[in-house]
Amino acid sequence: MNLAVRDIRHNLGRFVLTTLGVGMLLMVVMGMSGIYRGIVEDATLLIDRIDADLWIVQRDTRGPFAEVSRVPANLVHRALAVPGVRTAREFVYHTIQRERNGKPLRISVLGLSWPRDRGEWVPLRAGRPLGQSHFEMIADESLGLQLGDTIALGKDSYSVVGIAKSMISSNGDGIGFFTVADAQAIQFNIPGEAIRLERAARAARGGRSDLGTKQPALLEQAGRPAGELPAIARPQLSAVMVAVAPGGDPKRIAQIISGWSDVSVYTHKGQRELLLEGSVEKIRRQIGLFRLLLTVIAAIIMALILYTLTLDKIHSIALLKLIGAPNTVVLGLILQQALLLGVCGYGIAYLIGQRVFPLFPRRVILTEEDLLQLAAIVLLISVASSVLGIWKAMRVSPNEALS
Amino acid sequence: MQNPFAIEIQNLTKIYGSGNTEVVAMRDASMQVRHGEVVALLGPSGSGKSTLLTAVGLINPPTSGRVLIAGQIVLDGPLPQVNLRSFRRKHIGFVFQKSNLIPFLTAVENVQIALELNGKTPREARAHAMELLDYLGVGERAANLPSMLSGGQQQRVAVARALANEPSVILADEPTAALDSQRGRQVMDLFAMVAHKQKAGVIVVTHDQRSLDLFDTIYEMEDGLLRRKEKAAS
Repeated sequence: MNLAVRDIRHNLGRFVLTTLGVGMLLMVVMGMSGIYRGIVEDATLLIDRIDADLWIVQRDTRGPFAEVSRVPANLVHRALAVPGVRTAREFVYHTIQRERNGKPLRISVLGLSWPRDRGEWVPLRAGRPLGQSHFEMIADESLGLQLGDTIALGKDSYSVVGIAKSMISSNGDGIGFFTVADAQAIQFNIPGEAIRLERAARAARGGRSDLGTKQPALLEQAGRPAGELPAIARPQLSAVMVAVAPGGDPKRIAQIISGWSDVSVYTHKGQRELLLEGSVEKIRRQIGLFRLLLTVIAAIIMALILYTLTLDKIHSIALLKLIGAPNTVVLGLILQQALLLGVCGYGIAYLIGQRVFPLFPRRVILTEEDLLQLAAIVLLISVASSVLGIWKAMRVSPNEALS
Repeated sequence: MQNPFAIEIQNLTKIYGSGNTEVVAMRDASMQVRHGEVVALLGPSGSGKSTLLTAVGLINPPTSGRVLIAGQIVLDGPLPQVNLRSFRRKHIGFVFQKSNLIPFLTAVENVQIALELNGKTPREARAHAMELLDYLGVGERAANLPSMLSGGQQQRVAVARALANEPSVILADEPTAALDSQRGRQVMDLFAMVAHKQKAGVIVVTHDQRSLDLFDTIYEMEDGLLRRKEKAAS
């Protein structure tokens, strides 16, 4: 006869409520690891899918995913000249925040190297890749934009021609894919008045210098757009992505490029590790500690619940001992209830989590490994948390049945 | 040859506390109960009846003296000579003033558990438990929890549990206190019948003077002293 099940059946309502509480707590523990997995997946998604063997970034920076990186536009051509390089593409990447329908809309703007890259590699839920060099975009589904929507960014409007599936930046913002030219136009959109003031300031600075006095023609140049002035134009790319030709040696190419004094070069793996060891590492540790704390709290709560359940049964336990039940029967009663509580709580956590996690603003990814690990932890804390109750039950004297 | 005594207690003394707080609950008590004999234990509250019963029941070992069950020394002073819990399970049946049933088990399960603890398979245990409940007139309430039974029905289930393993010793502490006189008489009848049928030694602590005719022997306790009382001629 299974005494644990009989006792639960007798106090079913209380057990259900208790299990529900434990289940919700375990769901939070489960969610914590899911959130971490989601962050890692989101952070590395772009790097993994964009098909770049090498990343050329601003010298002594860790690349556009870690910090601001600026490289000149002609770096693409320099990279292409290296033997063994199949393609070199511009990488423009920045985040903007606009307002749409009264709500903030954050977009991670990614420039595609038109016409070589039209975004064919982007997983689409609907629509198509970019079809023209300007004024089209592919929007991640999390941005809430629909096919055919038009969104004004900077001085231009862009039509949504594709809806991407799960293309999220490391910050959790949905990615919008544009051509490089459009991405730069969005990034460097400066109001007309600011441009005029900058040109006037530039002319004034030139006028005050010897150079301006001795070469007045230069002052005329100062009034032209900054992008048309090679000597003073800002580097406008975040990085250059290099794909190695079949049979090419990425290490050799990286060695050549790293010899250039204005850039640093990272392999795909290196860039991925930098990303994970940088911004994601702190989140990982924070979530890990929080998860540990929640696990300990869950164990303490379960221990208190099991202790209380044991206290409620003290008379029955004394009676069982009186009629000769060996300790294993009493121990089994408490341990089985602890395991049932843990297993049912875990099941509830999983079932509710499956329905609740998709509603979270960021992805919560439950991996088989994490689920198995949590199951093992739950079994462990179920056993550990029953120790207090078992200790109490073992101390009960059969005499107490007579009182 | 089988030992003629189901229960023998020899010079049992039980002292609680020590020094200034020392209380002698039972002093040099001796008793012999034959197989099939039903013994009444009378006495006012605090006289040591329950101390004697729990010592014989191997729950509360004495300070000194011996307890023998079916000729086997089980307690020598406070020292157990056998595994007490295992011995209780096989040889002793308890019935208390309160029915003391396990609240989360049904009537039949309360009896069944005692049988299963003694090695019966669940199927055998259930069948035997049902037989006992039917025999005691509570078979139709077998599936009810104790909270759904009357005091008398609960007590009969408790009796069924005590008898389930056909123990050589049955100890009852005021088993009829919670019952009306008719039910009380029935329970006492039952003890007498079972004792004779199973050849068990039965000790019943009681205040119920009306059933004394059912007992083979009467003992009385006062201030921890046990003495045999002659039965009044009926």
